[in-house]
Amino acid sequence: MTPDVDATAPKFLRDKYAIIGVGETTYTRGSNLTTRALGTWAVKNAMEDAGIPASEVDGMMSYSNNDSTPSPMIAGDLGIRLNFYMDVYGGGSSSEALIGLAIGAIEAGMCNTVVVFRSMNGYSQVRIGGTGARARAPVGGDAVHTAPYGWFSAGQNFSPSFMRHMYDYGTTPEQVAMVKVIHSEHASNNPKAYYKQRLTVDDVLNSRMIVKPLHLLDCCVETDNATAVIVTRAERAYDYRNTPARILAVAGRVCKPRIDMHFQHGPISTVAGYYIKDIIWPNAGVGPEDIDLTGAYDAFTFTSMLQLEDYGFCKKGEGGDYVSSGIMRLGNERPNNTSGGHLCEGYTHGMNMIIENVRQLRGEVDDYCPVDDQDRKQHTFDYSGGACRQVPDANISMNLGWAMPGTGSSMVMRKG
Amino acid sequence: MPEGEYRGMNLTILDVDHENVAYFGHCADHDFHLQKCTSCGLLRYPPGTACPWCQNREFEWTAVEGKGTVHSYGEVHQAIQPQFREKAPYMILIVDLDTQKGQPTEHEALRVAGNLATPDGDLAPPELVRQVGIGSRMRMVFADVGEGLSLPMWTLDEDAEQPENPWRYPQEYNGV
Repeated sequence: MTPDVDATAPKFLRDKYAIIGVGETTYTRGSNLTTRALGTWAVKNAMEDAGIPASEVDGMMSYSNNDSTPSPMIAGDLGIRLNFYMDVYGGGSSSEALIGLAIGAIEAGMCNTVVVFRSMNGYSQVRIGGTGARARAPVGGDAVHTAPYGWFSAGQNFSPSFMRHMYDYGTTPEQVAMVKVIHSEHASNNPKAYYKQRLTVDDVLNSRMIVKPLHLLDCCVETDNATAVIVTRAERAYDYRNTPARILAVAGRVCKPRIDMHFQHGPISTVAGYYIKDIIWPNAGVGPEDIDLTGAYDAFTFTSMLQLEDYGFCKKGEGGDYVSSGIMRLGNERPNNTSGGHLCEGYTHGMNMIIENVRQLRGEVDDYCPVDDQDRKQHTFDYSGGACRQVPDANISMNLGWAMPGTGSSMVMRKG
Repeated sequence: MPEGEYRGMNLTILDVDHENVAYFGHCADHDFHLQKCTSCGLLRYPPGTACPWCQNREFEWTAVEGKGTVHSYGEVHQAIQPQFREKAPYMILIVDLDTQKGQPTEHEALRVAGNLATPDGDLAPPELVRQVGIGSRMRMVFADVGEGLSLPMWTLDEDAEQPENPWRYPQEYNGV
């Protein structure tokens, strides 16, 4: 390999950009809508959330590796005239990466305000888990090294990485199941979550085995939904309705030495966050100890754990202790995925975790708490279920976005 | 153009994909080969268009012994592809080849994927799955798919000394 490049350059952009609006559709299994209609719905909600008129949005970006609708179609439906758009190929490592590219597009003078959206019928159209039409597709070229082994869904692909972590560090199924348990507790305080039921470690371990070490309840839910965030310059961000979430740093599509067959470069349970940490922390000017809440991508229980380790929230190999210690639980030191994340709220390729952290930083998370006469949430900080999920004094958040061990993205935000 | 039908999947390698055509062609001869860099001498897997260590584009196909140790695995209990369902549970193995293990750095190895198979290349039955885990010693066999196209598979190396208790996931499911 060539020597690593120091990517910690653009500190002059620290804190200069913000997310001013967030929006989503309902999380369903069977939307009975096109991804175009879903995308339009989410972008409209994000604009309403920000209080920004369509005439002040002039950039749009999206990503997909399954079903979606291109940005210009959504923009056209909403009467948004674009000065910049880009639709890129990719999955869960894209959300933060596209926010970074939006900052770059604005900085380059190409546009002023960018909507980043993701629209997908991940349950009713192209199944994220790989079942349905995808399981019968022809296999060509490099995929002949994997798919003919019955090795092509995300869970199947990642399973050797997870298994080796258990072997190397003694991580137990009971420890990892706590990720689902805690996220289910958080989801029980989220009216939008597809699965709101609280679960136990036994529930996870007694659910059917999909691919060892993943039980059904170690895997995220497949849903139909769209999600959107709006990015603009910090100095413009206060012209709109809500307190902006200021972006301290972003890293995107950072890869391990190989993205295909990443097992060649061990330790194989190392994920791309190992490399991202050297970019994101210096650029943000903070460290793991400064983070009040995390959004660690939970396509699977294991993925949250591996990322938290490699970003330095605990030592490598101690992820099992970290996720089972309760530290990630609402009310404790550093809650993770307070919406319930992909495991419970819905699967959005990482976008819902960004939306959740923006609302947390505003102090305006959309839980079951009552509102005052000015429509502001009166949080009770009772996390017992059907109640509150606001993190008290949420000042700095981190999103640890990820699709697979070989690549990842990340973002640190602060309260505006 | 190498192509074939395998467990309900149409597999195709385009003629222009010279690296994969050659790789799977050697497999079809049941004679495992990898690309060896003509400059630094390192082997690489999977097939690629340059040496990831020295960027040299030139290489020679070199015979490599198909023996190694299970580095990790996945064990599929709910198959997705229709024709794998009758074969579940089946194992996906990542095997460290003995050749070039720990080179060029400590944690690197030629980690060659394949299913746990019977000696004739068919997916292994549950009684064989139960015997295999991290540390098991394996030898390569092949599943023939079509002309110029066979898939590397792994079976227990009958001649090797096997670990007494290869590491397996602690929870049994359906007796495996």
